[in-house]
Parts: sequence; C-alpha cells; structure tokens
Amino acid sequence: MKQVTRLGLGLLLSSSVLAAHAEEVKIGMITTLSGGGSHLGVDVRDGFMLALEQSGRDDVEVLIQDDANRPDLARSLANEFMQRDEVDILTGIIWSNLAMAVVPTVTRQGTFYLSPNAGPSDLAGRMCHENYFNVAYQNDNLHGAMGAYMREEGYEHPIIMAPNYPAGTDALAGFKHLYEGEVVGELYTQMGQTDYAAEIAQIRDSDADSLFFFLPGGMGISFMKQWESSGVDMPIFGAAFSFDEILIKAVGSAAIGARNTSLWAYDLENEANARFVEGFQAAYDRMPTLYAAQGYDTANLILSALETAHPDDKDAFREALRAADFDSVRGEFRFGPNHHPIQDIYVREVVEGDDGEPTNRLIGIAIEDIQDVYFEECQM
Amino acid sequence: MSVTLLIEQLLNGVQLGTMLFLMASGLTLVFGVMGLINLAHGSFYMVGAYATAAVTASTGSFLIGLGAGMAAAAMVGALVELLVIRRLYHRPHLDQVLATFALILIFSEGTRWIFGSSPMRLSPPSWLTGFVTLPGDTRYPIYRLMLIGVGIVISIALYFLISKTRLGMRIRAGESDREMIGALGVNISKLYTVVFALGAGLAGLAGALVGALQSVQVGMGEPVLILAFVVIVIGGIGSIKGALLGALLVGVVDTLGRVYLPIFFRAFMPPSEATGVGAALAAMLIYILMAVILAFKPKGLFSAHD
Repeated sequence: MKQVTRLGLGLLLSSSVLAAHAEEVKIGMITTLSGGGSHLGVDVRDGFMLALEQSGRDDVEVLIQDDANRPDLARSLANEFMQRDEVDILTGIIWSNLAMAVVPTVTRQGTFYLSPNAGPSDLAGRMCHENYFNVAYQNDNLHGAMGAYMREEGYEHPIIMAPNYPAGTDALAGFKHLYEGEVVGELYTQMGQTDYAAEIAQIRDSDADSLFFFLPGGMGISFMKQWESSGVDMPIFGAAFSFDEILIKAVGSAAIGARNTSLWAYDLENEANARFVEGFQAAYDRMPTLYAAQGYDTANLILSALETAHPDDKDAFREALRAADFDSVRGEFRFGPNHHPIQDIYVREVVEGDDGEPTNRLIGIAIEDIQDVYFEECQM
Repeated sequence: MSVTLLIEQLLNGVQLGTMLFLMASGLTLVFGVMGLINLAHGSFYMVGAYATAAVTASTGSFLIGLGAGMAAAAMVGALVELLVIRRLYHRPHLDQVLATFALILIFSEGTRWIFGSSPMRLSPPSWLTGFVTLPGDTRYPIYRLMLIGVGIVISIALYFLISKTRLGMRIRAGESDREMIGALGVNISKLYTVVFALGAGLAGLAGALVGALQSVQVGMGEPVLILAFVVIVIGGIGSIKGALLGALLVGVVDTLGRVYLPIFFRAFMPPSEATGVGAALAAMLIYILMAVILAFKPKGLFSAHD
C-alpha cells in the first residue's frame, strides 16, 4: 500500500525526475588528443571516463572528438555536437584560446558547458554565463597562489618568466597580484620556444634570489633540462602545468627540488582521492595528473547533478550543478557567484620517488579558499 | 650589461647556428640537386630524436643512441625517397609541398602511435653535463660547447665531401645541370637516394643532439624546419656555404635580439612595456633580416644557380 502511494505521488509530482533516469543523457567531449600537448586531453578524457565507469550508470552516453588543438576545428565540432547529435552537455576543451572560440556560442544556444581545464579571465568576468561552469580553476589561480607562497617563504627578489601570449601575460599578472612585492625582472619568451640559453644567461646576470616561470608543455621540459646544465644555483617555482607527472618524468633529475602549486595532488588524503588514484592506476597503468583529476571531478559533478534533474529541465539542472554536491578529489570544493571554483591551492615539491623517477610530493597549502578576481565583473 | 653576458650570448648564437646548419644543409642539398621542396625534413629531425631516445634508454649509452638515431633517420630518408619522393621530381612545386606535408602528418601520427603522445626522456650523458668556466668567468654548459664542436666537425667533413670526393663532384654537377649528368651516364636515381639519405641523416643527428637539450616530442621538427627554410633562403638555395653563413647569421641575430632588444627599449620605455615590445620585435627580427637581405640580394647570399 505504502509503495503504491509513493508510486502514485511520484507519478503526480515528479514525472520529470522519473524521466531523468529513463531518458539518456548525451555528453559531447571536445578535447586535444593529437598534436603537441595531447597528454592533457588524454588525461582529462581518461579521468572523466573512469568516473562514469565507477558510477555504473549506463544511461549516460559520451561522444568524444579530437580538436587537434585547433580553434576552428573545435568550433565546428561543437556545432556538430549541438545540431546533429543534440547533446545536453559539452565539455573537454583544454586550451583557453579554443575555449574562447567555442564556449560563448555554446552557452548562448542554451547548452551547458563544463570546463575541465581552461579558465580564461573573460569567461570568469564580463563574458560569464549561467550555463558555463568551470570545474578546474581560473587561469590566474595557481600563479597567484605561488606568488603568495613565495612571499610567505621570504623570497624578496624573484625574476619571472612566461611566453609572450595571453595566458603567459595573465600568468605573470596573476603572480604579481598576490606576490605584492618588487620583482627584479620579467622575461617574455616566444611561444613554442625550445632554446632558453639566452634567458638563462640573463637570469644568471640578474641579482634575483628565485625564479618563477610558466612554460606549459614541451617548453617547460626544454627549459628545465637546459637550466640544470647551466650551473645557475637558484630555487625554482612554477604552476603545476610545467610539473605534471608526465612532464617531470620526461625532464628527469633536472626537475628535482622544484616547487609547484596545484589544486590537487595524488597524495592528498581524502576518500574520493584514494578511490580515484587507485582506480586510475588500475585502469590505465599510469599515475594520474591534475588534468585527470579535473576530468574526474567534472564527470562526478555532472553525475551528482543528474541525480536531481535532467539537463532538459535547465533551471533545475543548473541549480544542481551550482550546489556542487559531490565528493571532489581535491577536498573542499564550491562555486563562486561566477561559477568558478573557490578552493585551496596546494604546494608540491618534485622529489625522487621510490623507483628513482621524479614525482610530486605534497608539502603544504599555498593559499586557502582562493577565488578569482573577476567575479565582480560577472553579471548573470 | 656585462661582457661575460655578451660572450655567453655569442656562444649561444653560434651553437644555435651550428644546429640550424645541420638541418639546413640537407634541405638545401635536396633542393639544389633535385629541385625538390621537402617539408618533411623536420620529420627526420624527429625520427632521429625518437630513435636516439629509444636506443639510449635500452642500451644505456648515449653514443650508441646517437649513432642509431642518425642511421635510423638516414634509413627512413632513403625509404621515403624510394617510395614517395621519387615520384615527385617532375611534378610542380605545389604537388611536392602537398605530398611532403602529407608525410609530416603521417610521421607525426605514426610516431604517436608507436611511442605515445607523452614526451620522451633523453638527457645528455653524465660526462657531458655540468659547465666549464671560460676566461672572464663565463660559465658555459659542456654540452653546448660539444654541440658547437660537432657542428664544426660536420661542416669540415661536408666541405671535404663536396669539394674533394667523387660523390661531391656528382652532387655539384647535379646542382649545376641535372639533365646533363644523367646524360653523361651517372646513375642519377642512386645519387638522389644517397643525397636524400645524407640530408635526412644530418637532420636526424641534429634532432638527437638538440633533443637531449630540449624535449623529444611529436611535432618537434616543425619550428626548426621554418628556421631552416629562413636559413637557406638567406644563404641562397642550393648553396652549402650559404647555408653555413645563413645559419650562423640567424643563430646569432636571433639570440642577441632576444636579449638586447628588451634592454634597448627599456632605455626609453616603462619596463613591462619594453619587455613586451622587445620580445615581440625579437620574434620578428630574423624575418626582417631575411627581408632586408632579399631586398639587396634577391637570390640570397650565395646562390647556386646564378
């Protein structure tokens, strides 16, 4: 009798909730699986798929396409996903310039977009949108956190370096914003530069006491190998983008001792993280990177929201996303008013692991509850 | 600005130049002798680096790896010449560009398929790490000095090969008149394969040597390829001498520009703007150099086809 009543109530009151479980959810993933820096996209994808697999749900379909790190291709893939496949949610983009090309059109057309990596300032500020959620970080976060950490640690004359493109200048601006001291020099390198002899000589020639740099992907590998053999003795700092598990293995011993800020570490102690790291290693036979953690969190956020609403009911689904009611692998996680995370940023140090290979070890918290500085410009 | 910084930067410029020469010499030979524009030259650079990384990892010896890398690149080069390039000699340049561009895509995806998309580890051996102190208290990495040395040795060897041996004579003859040397009974298709493999081997050597300093990853050859094209255009297409001079010029101008332009602008601009403007202009500097040289010498410094 009780069951019949409940069923009746359910039919009467929440036919949409029942539909949520009966109807399939389609997720389109556009990510970088070929070309330079494709290990980021591969890890986001693998982390995302691991979360789905662990959830055991079979009503969520994920369509995956490779954008080859090309904005034009990403854009046409997004249109294809929305018009032909009629996906409910889009996700996956790695690079900020691709995100800028895709996200505004997607969200304007009423499709949800969840960013598992890129966090350009415009999307956090004046171009924010109610259907856009960033589950990773705003681009400035890790750099700013390192600025705060270095000041705390008493470094007084850092020299800072980044490639001369928007994310590079943003990185240095983000660093300076929270460092709040005098930097002895700023070096801008070329995008995709592979030889850093000229910069290293300038750093040696300066009277800096520390170096902060942002050189994502292959640029960081080249720089650190050349740094090691240059004989300059100076502590180095950066964001996790130059120190993920895959990059530091390619760098080798040159990375040892470098400290980097990250929103996640594999040795972070919480239940969700243990389940993630073990599951990832079992499934893919390698150590996850922060990108995998971001992909995993993105999928779990979507799954948690699907428990309450189907994306067809846009307002209810949006509210469910905003609640961020899932167990993040990075511990505490909540959204600010512009749908960007408010989270702790950790410091990791590259050390020699048990197998002799370099690996990251968590050494502390750089800054607690960091929030981007753009949320005030955001009007939803 | 100290003198030691200038000396160090000059050495850096020469080192970049010698590595560019290894790339550019093959490119210019292939164009000079066969009239072929080979965009896939950067792929041989990548093949050399990957083969060296793989062999060094399994044997533990950097020197064996280096030899294997050069041999692998030369072998792949010969194979590509026999299978693909051979059919392109009589085609227009646009067809050659298209076909060799397709080769870039095939090599990049093939490499990813075999080695995966993560960068590979390749470091200089322990006896080449560290630095030496030069007169004037300039510290300079041993490995970079070694690169300059290798560049000089290869330049001298190439000079002897081209000017003193029978093969070199045929190459020179091929540069001046392709059809005539075929008519004189020289096995032209064998000559083409040898020249192509030689160029590929040198590119592979450059990739292996530079890979130990930078990162071994898919697509590593393309940025260098662009610089190598600038070098051979400046030096005069088909000329080894021009390639050497062009490479050193590009290496030194690029390195010094990156250091001194921001400093120059800082004299009359606020520091952060000066850094930005200087860096942007430094990125353009070698192309400006190329434009200026072409304005006065439209065929480059030493054209092989005067």
